[in-house]
Amino acid sequence: MTTPRLSTDGLTVRFRLRGAVVHAVTDLSLTVQPGELLAVVGESGCGKSVLAHTLLGLLPRNATVSGRAVLDGNTELLTGRVSGVRGRRVGLVPQSPATALNPVRTGRRLLEETLRAHGRPRSDADGIAAAVGFDPADLDRYPHELSGGMAQRLCTALALAPDPSLLIADEPTTGLDRPLVDHTLDLLRRRCDTGNTVILITHDLTAAQRVADRVAVMYASRIVEEQPADALFAAPAHPYTAGLLDALPDRAFRAVPGHPPMLTALPAGCAFAPRCTRATDACATMPDLSGTARCHHPLVEQEVAA
Amino acid sequence: MTSLAAHDVTVSYSRQRVLDRVSLHIGSGETVGLRGPSGGGKSTLVRVLALVQGADAGHVSIDGTWVAGARHRVPAALRTRIGVLFQSPREATDPRLRLDDIISEPLRATGHPDAAVRERVTELADLVGLTADLLIRRPHAVSDGQLQRACLARALAHRPSYLLCDEATAMLDASTQAHVAGVLTDYQRETGAGILVVSHDHALLTRWADRVVDLQTQERRHAATAA
Repeated sequence: MTTPRLSTDGLTVRFRLRGAVVHAVTDLSLTVQPGELLAVVGESGCGKSVLAHTLLGLLPRNATVSGRAVLDGNTELLTGRVSGVRGRRVGLVPQSPATALNPVRTGRRLLEETLRAHGRPRSDADGIAAAVGFDPADLDRYPHELSGGMAQRLCTALALAPDPSLLIADEPTTGLDRPLVDHTLDLLRRRCDTGNTVILITHDLTAAQRVADRVAVMYASRIVEEQPADALFAAPAHPYTAGLLDALPDRAFRAVPGHPPMLTALPAGCAFAPRCTRATDACATMPDLSGTARCHHPLVEQEVAA
Repeated sequence: MTSLAAHDVTVSYSRQRVLDRVSLHIGSGETVGLRGPSGGGKSTLVRVLALVQGADAGHVSIDGTWVAGARHRVPAALRTRIGVLFQSPREATDPRLRLDDIISEPLRATGHPDAAVRERVTELADLVGLTADLLIRRPHAVSDGQLQRACLARALAHRPSYLLCDEATAMLDASTQAHVAGVLTDYQRETGAGILVVSHDHALLTRWADRVVDLQTQERRHAATAA
């Protein structure tokens, strides 16, 4: 059996606020293999980005983390030193690229700085920029002179420069038009095809469907369903996943009724129950993630087809 | 003639021409999709139509009234007939204001009495699905989806005849996107408003818009006639 690229066990993150505790990530156990592309999807504010920041050791001080996250079977990500790991072995394409770039450096300086830090020649800059669809001629611009989509691609180039074996891409396609979205997704896919691993955090189900091997659906800090991508899009098991898919414009284009719960006041049982048409008294207790879905009344294939 | 229209609008930034004699027509009760490449001038066209940015050449007309452009004073009675919804609700709201104050801002700005403002905010919050406990929060304490709903309520505050949605659902998850589109469609059915949907999501435009205009081909057509 191969060593998983990343395995997490009972990963839990809490933020202490004045008079409240935010349940950002709860009991998250995931295994991602080398060469695999895992998409993590869910509504905004469900804990997707916190997961990325946790794995990179970028959480603010008021966070408490428990559980384990192990890289390549030999490196503890939660307790170990981040030097030599963050950036080099675990890369991040951050959300909101405009705030992630140093405003007083040109794209070229930023990229060359990163390359030098990782022992690669500065002359690689043009090639890496071109690979993400960023015109090398635009490298001499400052971040404020870049459009949102260009800044996004520059961030992707910066994350790829050290050639990390695990790349966490947090909404890497927001603000890009369709051809560039597809270009970026295909680039991530090709990385996996050469044995690297990508965790794609996105709200864009179409993007996940295009490139992911497996999809994990998060709702209110927990993974509620995890399946191979084909199976999930053909036959979602969790009512929430089914609702999300129904909301797509090329499906029913119908919203899931209600709102997600506040992460400071989660119910003891299934957090989706108040919005769920299948909910019964049983849903007052937390269902296990048995099989594919964390649900007392998962959909079976015939129902989905009906 | 009830429509919001751009007539031969040209806009340049320094030496770069982003819009070249672009005309676009949004009729009452109609949903027009607009697509085009990144940096192709879609957002500029929205700002010109919303009368917040002037054009170097060309005009905007609202229901037959010609407007010279934002550099000139546009009467509030015309401006309030257009509602705008932007891509990023974070950048489109004042982080110091509570959601109910964000929604009521356009009403207060036009001198509506307090009681009427409160009543309208409750009505709008109900329309977009924001509960009372969310209304007293500030932007940092709500999700992007909830904040965009507040922006939607704000855009509808003056019961506009035209709504311009500039990638308004690109940052939202599928469910919130469908919800926003549903609220706008209901509003349109009720009031006969015209809606412009700017997006690069083909599936969304196909589903939502009555017709789709491609900014790039429109400009290329001009280039062909000029040659």
